[in-house]
Amino acid sequence: MATAIKMPALSPTMEEGTLAKWLVKEGDQVGPGDILAEIETDKATMEFEAIDEGTVGKLTVAEGTEGVKVGTVIAVLDGDESDIEDGAPAKSEAPQDVAGEGKDTGREPSEAEVTKSEAQAEPVRDPEVPEGTKMVSLSVREALRDAMAEEMRADDRVFVMGEEVAEYQGAYKVTQGLLDEFGAKRVIDTPITEYGFAGVGTGAAMGGLRPIVEFMTFNFAMQAIDHLVNSAAKTNYMSGGQMRCPVVFRGPNGAASRVAAQHSQNYGPWYASVPGLVVIAPYDAADAKGLMKAAIRSEDPVVFLENELLYGKSFDLPDLEDWVLPTGKARIVRAGSDVTIVSYSIGVGLALEAAEELASQGIDAEVIDLRTLRPLDTKTVLDSLAKTNRLIVAEEGWPTCSIASEIIAVCMTEGFDHLDAPVLRVCNEDVPLPYAANLEKDALLKSSSIVAAAKKVCYKD
Amino acid sequence: MSDKPAAKADSVTAPVEDPDFKLATLQNRFEEAGRFEASDDQLLDFYKQMLLIRRFEEKAGQLYGLGLIGGFCHLYIGQEAVAVGLQSALAEGKDSVITGYRDHGHMLAYGIDPKVIMAELTGRQAGISKGKGGSMHMFSTEHAFYGGHGIVGAQVPLGAGLAFAHKYREDGGVCLAYFGDGAANQGQVYETFNMASLWQLPIIFVIENNQYAMGTSTVRSSAETEFHRRGAAFRIPGMDVDGMDVLAVRSAAEIALEHVRGGGGPVLMELNTYRYRGHSMSDPAKYRSRDEVKDMRENHDPIEAAKAELIKRGMDEAKLKDLEKDIRAQISEAADFAESSPEPDASELYTDVLVEKY
Repeated sequence: MATAIKMPALSPTMEEGTLAKWLVKEGDQVGPGDILAEIETDKATMEFEAIDEGTVGKLTVAEGTEGVKVGTVIAVLDGDESDIEDGAPAKSEAPQDVAGEGKDTGREPSEAEVTKSEAQAEPVRDPEVPEGTKMVSLSVREALRDAMAEEMRADDRVFVMGEEVAEYQGAYKVTQGLLDEFGAKRVIDTPITEYGFAGVGTGAAMGGLRPIVEFMTFNFAMQAIDHLVNSAAKTNYMSGGQMRCPVVFRGPNGAASRVAAQHSQNYGPWYASVPGLVVIAPYDAADAKGLMKAAIRSEDPVVFLENELLYGKSFDLPDLEDWVLPTGKARIVRAGSDVTIVSYSIGVGLALEAAEELASQGIDAEVIDLRTLRPLDTKTVLDSLAKTNRLIVAEEGWPTCSIASEIIAVCMTEGFDHLDAPVLRVCNEDVPLPYAANLEKDALLKSSSIVAAAKKVCYKD
Repeated sequence: MSDKPAAKADSVTAPVEDPDFKLATLQNRFEEAGRFEASDDQLLDFYKQMLLIRRFEEKAGQLYGLGLIGGFCHLYIGQEAVAVGLQSALAEGKDSVITGYRDHGHMLAYGIDPKVIMAELTGRQAGISKGKGGSMHMFSTEHAFYGGHGIVGAQVPLGAGLAFAHKYREDGGVCLAYFGDGAANQGQVYETFNMASLWQLPIIFVIENNQYAMGTSTVRSSAETEFHRRGAAFRIPGMDVDGMDVLAVRSAAEIALEHVRGGGGPVLMELNTYRYRGHSMSDPAKYRSRDEVKDMRENHDPIEAAKAELIKRGMDEAKLKDLEKDIRAQISEAADFAESSPEPDASELYTDVLVEKY
């Protein structure tokens, strides 16, 4: 009986991959554990092993093929396609486990992943980009790497440390290539010891260097938060301005995909509540690069919150020699007149989608990307509120004591006279993030909820 | 000889393979060397510095009682020989020093003006942190003194960061990171031992074992009370030093510094000492007997011992009396300054939160 071999999901965020190389040919005998192929995922090149014993009947996807969807039949053991009942890519079949991976592949993508659809609206040009600048397409991952590399070239005090940043090339490949260019003195693999290396990085900044400390994810920074809050943030104040701490703590933040409660949390509100820290949470590649360069140059400690689901997403980025953005400035990413949607990080993509949907229903939404969470650009928010008189906040994070709460307080205290409706917040559900695909989807921020809230404040629901 | 494989040749960060690692390598050298052979002037200088710390701390205790110093105030009385003996061996400005919240003595040992330290304790504008740090949070970047940290044990990885910076810049500096027997039970200390040894950082870890972690004696809190042995798992040589003898401390410091400056990696020193006062000003110290404290004061006091040695060497007692008088005058001047200086301007509330404007 023929057995279909399907494109495996080899990372939590992988939806498709490149079949880089076949290591078997038709007619070969294979057994469990034999390496069949090399597959490039969104993070790395992985070897793919056989589970069953048999003869390779047919390689149905040629090597070098890009964009092979997870679940597509790539080979058949003991026969050819005609021997398989349904050789077509399993579109709607029940979730199927890939043995050894523990991840189902037939699942519906979570709402957060759906933001990979392109924004259709005419994008508002970033006022920081000079007229006529050539744009290039770059992923957020590459933009962050380029920002670090450029600053490392410019300033030999800058170095990167963290778990797997050097020889492994980054757990999420953000530091890819840095070891080759800058060597082991400046790209440093640490033991798994967050509290310790966060302290070492902070101390090195006190000693005059410019460390970039990568947390594999900000969930693990909980082990180290004392150094961010008590050591880094307060030094300048407690020393009466004598002792600076120009360190950047960076890494992915917020919900990824199907990694459950301990690995899915937005720490933006936590760090943004601390005086003495600068907190940045970009959405697109241009902001990621421009703000990362600003963060590295800053004399203050910076918490730089990235998002794993955005790493692989590409955006236009100005092709400029030294693209640096001002910290503490929000950006209007879509101009509108009826209602303001304030968001940041991955929420911006959902807000833009919601704005498209609202446009189709005759509501013209303005979307603001906060970009920096501390100091907060309240002026851009309040100016927009003065224009639209209605405002909602879309945040991929818990509602309680959130950035949304803060924006609402700002609108109440400084924008009350401009409000035609109460400010609403659209956030994740107030629960630890569940693992099950359907529950995860229900718990996370989604564009339909943003649409509903926007209509509500426009009294059009 | 060991048949362990040698360190990977291309690995830049792996420690030098030392199959013959012995915990007591430096301890043996220290025991052979004996006490530091100080000249009369050097010993007099140590005595003067220790006495300055003692009188300063007594005055601070007094001002606390008068309500002029608030919050937490941890006195260094009894431990003076540690900071003076160690820091006298450092290259001030080149080497860096970091400690916890019991930090007045370490600053005075570096010759930082007692006036600006006392004014910080009273929370005045003229204080070294403009009155915004207080007793536990004082810094002097000019002297490469990096604080003054209030979270128990946090200064240990921060110190490794300073050592990392010395190594990165190849400036030849060494970091001296002090912490107590209480902090020695914090997890981050061992995370730091691991990295410091792995990366061969130029750092001397100094455990000031004053026998009590707040109110808990070492035997009640620590499975291994011989703290100098605690680096063994990380291949860090240990030194067990009488912290009540300034010349023993100085001798140990020189041996440790020679090892670290020679690229030998970190050293862990345990300085056995004793604090006469409570953990902080609000501690009645009911957890130990009066006799125990009395015995330390009468039979092991580092300042009295240095004084006795000076007299034995033929130092004129009248000269010592004059010196004591000068110190009293200096301290009372510092206290007057700290009392009469204005409080910070209200606008200081908002300064120094961030360095840059955004």
